[in-house]
Amino acid sequence: MNTGLQSPTGVWWKPAHKAERLWVQIAFAWCLVLFAMMPLWHMKGAQNPSGIRAKVNPNDFARRTYEFINTYKVGEDHGVPVVAPPPGADVYLLGRMWAWEPVLQLERGAQYTLHLSSLDVNHGFSLAPVNLNFQVVPGYDYGLRITPSEAGEFTIVCNEFCGINHHAMVGRVVVLDRAAAPVYGGGE
Amino acid sequence: MTAPAAFRTCPTTGLKVHRQADALIKANAVAATVSLLVGGVAAVLVLLTRWQAVHLLPADWFYRILTVHGMSMLIFFIIFFEMAVLYFASAVVLNSRVAAPRLAWVAFVLMVAGAILVEWMMWTGKADVLFTSYVPLKAHPLYYLGIILFAVGALVVTSLFFATLVVARRERTYQGSVPLVTFGGATAAIIAVITLLHGAAVYIPTFLWSLGLVPMDAEVYRLIWWGLGHSSQQINVAAMVSIWYLLGGLTIGAVVLNEKISRSAFVLYVLFISMASAHHLLVDPGFSPAWKVWNTSYAMYLAVLASMVHGFTVPAGMEAGMRLRGFTHGLFEWLRKAPWGDPGFSALVFSVIIFGFLGGITGVTFGTEQINIIAHNTFRIPGHFHATVVGGTALAFMGVTYYVIPLIFRKQIAFWPLVKIQPYLFAIGMTLFSMAMTFAGTFGVPRRHYDISFAAAPFAVEFNPAVDLILGVMALGGLLASLGGAIYILSTVWSVFFGKPLAEDATFGAVPAAILKPPPAPPAGDADHKGLTRGTLVLVGVFLLAFIAYYFVNWKLLSAVWRVG
Ligand code: HEM
Ligand SMILES: [Cu+2]
Ligand SMILES: [Cu+2]
Repeated sequence: MNTGLQSPTGVWWKPAHKAERLWVQIAFAWCLVLFAMMPLWHMKGAQNPSGIRAKVNPNDFARRTYEFINTYKVGEDHGVPVVAPPPGADVYLLGRMWAWEPVLQLERGAQYTLHLSSLDVNHGFSLAPVNLNFQVVPGYDYGLRITPSEAGEFTIVCNEFCGINHHAMVGRVVVLDRAAAPVYGGGE
Repeated sequence: MTAPAAFRTCPTTGLKVHRQADALIKANAVAATVSLLVGGVAAVLVLLTRWQAVHLLPADWFYRILTVHGMSMLIFFIIFFEMAVLYFASAVVLNSRVAAPRLAWVAFVLMVAGAILVEWMMWTGKADVLFTSYVPLKAHPLYYLGIILFAVGALVVTSLFFATLVVARRERTYQGSVPLVTFGGATAAIIAVITLLHGAAVYIPTFLWSLGLVPMDAEVYRLIWWGLGHSSQQINVAAMVSIWYLLGGLTIGAVVLNEKISRSAFVLYVLFISMASAHHLLVDPGFSPAWKVWNTSYAMYLAVLASMVHGFTVPAGMEAGMRLRGFTHGLFEWLRKAPWGDPGFSALVFSVIIFGFLGGITGVTFGTEQINIIAHNTFRIPGHFHATVVGGTALAFMGVTYYVIPLIFRKQIAFWPLVKIQPYLFAIGMTLFSMAMTFAGTFGVPRRHYDISFAAAPFAVEFNPAVDLILGVMALGGLLASLGGAIYILSTVWSVFFGKPLAEDATFGAVPAAILKPPPAPPAGDADHKGLTRGTLVLVGVFLLAFIAYYFVNWKLLSAVWRVG
């Protein structure tokens, strides 16, 4: 035998011994499980980062967002428009240095298509305290079908560095029970 | 032709060492240590800022110093050190001369010039873009130029590594196949070529873009940048595993159980890594689910398999080496009676454990397409990679330095009593640090974030109250590890510049015992393998159970969040 520092002598292409072979087989089987879980979750699981993906001109995306805001606006919070879209709606969330627009008021259990994009640099959509994270890339529209499963108040932290005020970039989402009174008015 | 005086004979190992190899290893090691010092000072500053109880730096300096930390550590420290490893694994291990030493020095100068240019841009606030520099964030053109110079230098060194292998073979400086350590070094070098080509593909256009000459797409940049960023991590892994085999051999005479298995595992790294940038893009809008699933796993996770194989063969080779020399009692006598006071040995063991248990398990789990939804850009990510590249790679590099200084620099290790505990401090600190960071990330705490009290934000954000405590533990661990890092720098710099030669008596100076009295050569021929690795089988069994548990706990966590698709 030899150490890793010495040249092996003779033919070293030899069958492995039992323990080593056993471990290689177990490890390989585990690797197949690791792979199989991903397609399996696409079929059976409820959380996938698939989405509807398209390239988009940042200005076009901003225009869609402002149309969306004008259609469903119910108020303002800290100068940010608040929007209460109906269940099933296409929802637009625009990231830019250093704000998320608009504030969203959603209904628990309803599905929305949440479109994420950026007007300038990369941003990170991180819903707290749920801990859902998606990359927001300028020039790309990420349409995620999302269903809030709990009522309450949530924040959107930016978790991709986007310049000197990155840490001040926080948005807001309010989720209401169907029967509950709206936080921001509007709704009915 | 080379004159005979170009070589010296190593009195310890009997290896013939090319003086040019000596000098190049020294130069690159010194550059690596300087980078480590810069990156280390930055680490403490960043750490004390992220610890909200101290919140040291102002915001602009936080992001600036974080950029410095990432570049100085991940790029300059690690790559300069790897250049030294490449010279060692080719010229020294194979008794050969360095091919084209003059070109090697040109490469070194290029790399130093590039690094200085980048540091200059970062410290003067002209590159506050973090080390990933995602476009359209823009740095000064000289920043990109500096990286290009550095990369060209590294590419030249990598080519010289291959040229030296050819020289050694042609001049018959060794017999049979190259040793496993050199083989591993060669795979690191091949991956380095792939990496540096990606680097050219991303930084040259970005340089032109910063001059306003060409357009850049933000998502395409991320794709190619991670072709560089991820495969460079695979260089680190291949270099680290080679050092595991090297340290195993040097410290306790670990044997190679089966050359075929270990070498095949190295080859898997080369074959299945180049596109693995995918796991950085799992929640990006630019790629389809099929693309993500395929490119993050190639259906079989064969690079993960390779690491799991080395995770067995390295400790198993150590166990077998010890058993063959008489430590045969029970499952773990070979571990109990091992030289725990040898910093090369303790660094090796901790590197294997931290890389596998903390870095490996978390990395594969977070690199799963869907689980990435609850990990991307949270503190879980730096928690993971400080376990791989710091607790794993950097610690292995530290351990091997304690052998390189006596063997190459011919000096005793200064402050030996401190050095003996250095790997313990660093390992315990890094374990606390990266576990706490990972844990904070499961609550959604973001990475690269100046202020998670959100004082300047329009809306208040509430994290779980446990987060404050966890960040305290993170700071404690980070400071312990920094102390370990400081001892490493102090001792190595002192040893090299003011250290006593090997033969002299010195207070607080010493060399690892295994250098003075190398472990006896392993028995010739094939050994009886029965029971030779049973302790390791138990250890990897524990590892697999931990892996399975962590992996499925994360699926469980994922299943509890909002439906999204
Ligand atoms: C005692 C040693 C170290 C400590 C205490 C430390 C601490 C930290 C901290 C607190 C962060 C900031 C995380 C964030 O805000 O997102 C960080 C980031 C980072 N560290 Fe370290 N670190 C250490 C050593 C290293 C080493 C040796 C390397 C590489 C070889 C390294 C590579 C990185 C990288 C690449 C980042 C990410 C920077 C970014 O997100 O742009 N660190 N480290
Ligand atoms: Cu942002
Ligand atoms: Cu940001």
